[in-house]
Amino acid sequence: MRTGGLNGTALRRLLPLVVFVVLAVLPYSTLQLPGLFDGVLNSPGTLQLLALCLIFGGVALSYDLLFGFTGLLSFGHALYFAAGTYVANLALTELGWGLAPALALTTVVGIVLPLLVGGVALRVSGIAFSMVTLATAQVGSIIVLQDPGGLTGGEEGLALDRDQVPDAFVGVLNTVNVYWLAVAYLVLVYAVVSWVTGSRAGRVWQAIRENERRVEVLGLQPYGFKLLVFVLAGLLAALGGVVHLLLLGGSTPRTTTADFTLGLLVMVVLGGAGSRWGAVLGGVLYTYLDSRLTDLANSPAVQDLPAWLRIPLSEPLFLLGTLFILVVFFVPGGIAGLVCRLRERRAGRRSGDGGPTPGRVVEQLRDQVGAGMGGGQPRDGV
Amino acid sequence: MDTVVLLAITGLGLAALYFLVASGLSLIFGLMGVLNFAHGAFLTIGAYGTWWASDHLPGAGSTGWGFVSAVAFGVAVGTLVAALIELALIRPLYERHIEQVLVTVGLSLALVALVRAVWGADPHPFPRPEWTQRTTSVLGANVPNDRFLLIGSALVVLVAVLAFLRFTRFGLIIRAGVENRAMVTALGIDVRKAFTLVFAIGGAFAALAGALGGIYLGSISPGQGTSLLIFAFIVVVIGGMSSITGAAVAAVLVGLVQQFANYYAASGVGDLSVVLLLAVVLLTRPSGLTARVA
Repeated sequence: MRTGGLNGTALRRLLPLVVFVVLAVLPYSTLQLPGLFDGVLNSPGTLQLLALCLIFGGVALSYDLLFGFTGLLSFGHALYFAAGTYVANLALTELGWGLAPALALTTVVGIVLPLLVGGVALRVSGIAFSMVTLATAQVGSIIVLQDPGGLTGGEEGLALDRDQVPDAFVGVLNTVNVYWLAVAYLVLVYAVVSWVTGSRAGRVWQAIRENERRVEVLGLQPYGFKLLVFVLAGLLAALGGVVHLLLLGGSTPRTTTADFTLGLLVMVVLGGAGSRWGAVLGGVLYTYLDSRLTDLANSPAVQDLPAWLRIPLSEPLFLLGTLFILVVFFVPGGIAGLVCRLRERRAGRRSGDGGPTPGRVVEQLRDQVGAGMGGGQPRDGV
Repeated sequence: MDTVVLLAITGLGLAALYFLVASGLSLIFGLMGVLNFAHGAFLTIGAYGTWWASDHLPGAGSTGWGFVSAVAFGVAVGTLVAALIELALIRPLYERHIEQVLVTVGLSLALVALVRAVWGADPHPFPRPEWTQRTTSVLGANVPNDRFLLIGSALVVLVAVLAFLRFTRFGLIIRAGVENRAMVTALGIDVRKAFTLVFAIGGAFAALAGALGGIYLGSISPGQGTSLLIFAFIVVVIGGMSSITGAAVAAVLVGLVQQFANYYAASGVGDLSVVLLLAVVLLTRPSGLTARVA
């Protein structure tokens, strides 16, 4: 039994590596997966969809760093993703910079912007924090839509000038390179998140999630730690924005909206807040379903259905929203929580030895949301 | 002078719209601790209900009493949807605030998508009674009449809610529940009935805001509720989260700042200054303008 457990652990350690190798060699496969994808696996259309899924897996993981690991319910994560795509786009298209300096500028903005916003927003907590982040993200959205000086392109979005982009990332045939870039981005985010959540700071973040007052009593300043995670998550999202820009060849104002952040929240809760692979899986699954359900809605099979079935099926967001509500009700902890419970049942032991079950963060955050302003309940006696 | 009057009255009209949405939000937050993201969807439902009724419902139309009954229908649908959502989806998650917020997030996505699926994403022209299309001269300014309709409705709602909270037994329970819910439960009163009531009232006000917003903007589209909701959230936070009078004061402040800055600076600056106002208020008075209960 004991060796079996060890093998299981070793296998679990190896699993991310196996997934990485499969993702890396996937473009060499000409496998046809009818129903799942339209073309063969290495057709540009399929690779484009897969790359989009991987990017949002990474961005969802960066959001999970805030929400799942630290318990900060930010409604403005879209701002940093949008800043990444628009700043890089402006540097490439308007300033005519190369990709490397544009990436450097985006990195600087990706650090400074969340530093400024977080510096203000983290002075309040609970719902007030959520509202300040929501409002600042709304500022970004308004500025992009106002199209100051014709820079952001307003509602039309901003097309990327491909002259400044290395040839390897331009053109339909080179979709495979952008796909590998997306794999690299996801690996980077996963590695960084694995590293920081295991570090001393990561433990403080989880302690803040559990009980911020106790962290203060231990003599630590939660403010600095929260600002650190806010900036890190913002930077990772901004880098995701750059990869998104290279994949789609432009920036769209949809990435600035509050709905975009709500989408990230749905991804993380769907996969399992507080779990690394859960958040990634949630992001991948949500993006895949969003894209495939749109295709399904336009397919003849759905168009021929009677109206009462066709109308709800034609809106992916209706189905995803409903799925999300069902997950909140019946699968607390999302996919990661479900897998964890199944594993426990098979191993025949109860939880409670190794801290909180991954993905059950939502339940633990329950009391904290009202604690920011007004209706705070008394915390435990510390 | 006439520009200032026009801007002030239009700003107050906008404030009335914000107040109608924010009052329900702050009642729900104060009593239940739930930030209701589905509130924008209630607004959309009210607007589409009114629009549908004015064409299809016998006795309803786009003028006179016919329009009043169309609005009544839209408000009734909004109230019903809100009450049903509370009973079916929010109540089973009693005391689990984060999950309740998540459910309202899911609802806000799903309901708006459903409206878009049924009636399309394009804006529809909204029926406007003839009286609201005319203007009235106030101190030399030609003010469109719909502004007065908005302000009047918001004032009626404000007085009605305050009277309801002050003079009725349910109002007493709600006020007590906002202050200390556990104590009210300990006294043997079922607070959950008040939850449904507060949700229904909030849904009714939001639906009314949807119908009046349709007149104000001249057309309706599925995404309208969500964009209004963000400013309503800001109003609620500035007003102190759970105070009706606070929400009213904050709505007036936000509406006026937005209108004047949008006109005298540049379009868009008003929206930005509202966010700046929020930051300033939160940093100087972290619990909003009024931390007291309505």
